[in-house]
Amino acid sequence: MHFVDARDLAVALDAKAEQPEAEFLAGGTDLMVEVNLSHHRPEGVIAVRRCEELLEQDSRRIGAAVTWARLERSPHRALAQLARTIGSPQIRAAGTMGGNVATASPAGDGLPWIAAVDAEIEVVSRDRGRRIIPWSDFFVGVKDTTLALDEIITAVVLPEQMPVSQEFAKVGQRNAMVIATVNCVVVRGDDGFRVALGSVAPVPIRAGRAEQMINAETSISEAVLEEFARLVAEEVRPISDHRSTEAYRRHASGVLASRLVQRCLSA
Amino acid sequence: MIVTLTLNGEERSATVAGWESLLTVLRDNLALPGSKNACEQGECGSCSVILDGENVNSCLVMIGDCEAAAITTVEGIAVEGELHPIQEAILEEGGVQCGFCTPGFVVTAAHLFAGDPRPNEAAIREAFSGNICRCTGYGALLRAFDALAEDGS
Repeated sequence: MHFVDARDLAVALDAKAEQPEAEFLAGGTDLMVEVNLSHHRPEGVIAVRRCEELLEQDSRRIGAAVTWARLERSPHRALAQLARTIGSPQIRAAGTMGGNVATASPAGDGLPWIAAVDAEIEVVSRDRGRRIIPWSDFFVGVKDTTLALDEIITAVVLPEQMPVSQEFAKVGQRNAMVIATVNCVVVRGDDGFRVALGSVAPVPIRAGRAEQMINAETSISEAVLEEFARLVAEEVRPISDHRSTEAYRRHASGVLASRLVQRCLSA
Repeated sequence: MIVTLTLNGEERSATVAGWESLLTVLRDNLALPGSKNACEQGECGSCSVILDGENVNSCLVMIGDCEAAAITTVEGIAVEGELHPIQEAILEEGGVQCGFCTPGFVVTAAHLFAGDPRPNEAAIREAFSGNICRCTGYGALLRAFDALAEDGS
């Protein structure tokens, strides 16, 4: 097996161009589980844990190899909140934002935040250059994205105006080491509330009708919140599986979203 | 491939398949069986090691990614045959039943106390949220770490 320790982006891009079937390794928290449990043997691995460009972070970008441990201290409130709920300290020291995006699990805790703030995914190919992809065009199915075989995810690109008011919550079977049954981010910007949910569809989704409804209201009464929760529960598309049922996920979606609206209002 | 790393302060090399886990190589190639293999999916923390200053699950670290890395395993916690205060504290409180999780708890505690000699109870509980003891011997372990934090040395 061919192993490339890519300390800078040029090395990673060359390696991917030369061996497109090679797999990127960041924190290893997904790939190594597959290797260990299904005895999957990658043809090639390009390690980016120490890739300099991917470790950078500023007000407009989060490098793909930035770990959850670092994001626990993010100035973006909901991002810091969700980072702290991921796995365990050991998982957060290894797992990365870019890995969450690349794996594209329906339960990925970073994904509703990306959807709520309307972030974009930056990808680069050595031969075809850079693409900036809106999140809604990037995630297309369960663990399926529009990333091409010769491309690497380099960063999550943030909009110029980031909502200051933003809240995250998730429901799971316990506190630590839990995969979300439902996760939710609500942000409140100049254009009103935006509501994104995960674990309730093949991809992260926005509750567009619920957003429209609540943003048309001048004051948020109990009755408005109840109707808002009902719309959120109606809009999500969950399944029943080993973690929960469709009915519970719909109910929890409405409860979490309306609770987070209240938190945004009282923050 | 040949990987060279600093292991418990010593430079070591091993001939490995790059996709193997650091845990496997520690146990099978480098004669360090202290890190335990239990879940192999990052759930249990019994293989915790300190990699370049971070406490991680060695079952989820690919050995090919360890070139020039600095790693401390449970075997590197006691210094020159003297038990580390963490190990003393666990002994004092009887914080071991079957012992399988113990190496992971020792490494996680060493990492926690190196960063903060006086963690409060919430910080201790949070630090150990990735270490599972199936004998459920958490009470004695928490008492050991609380005592150490109060001592603050």
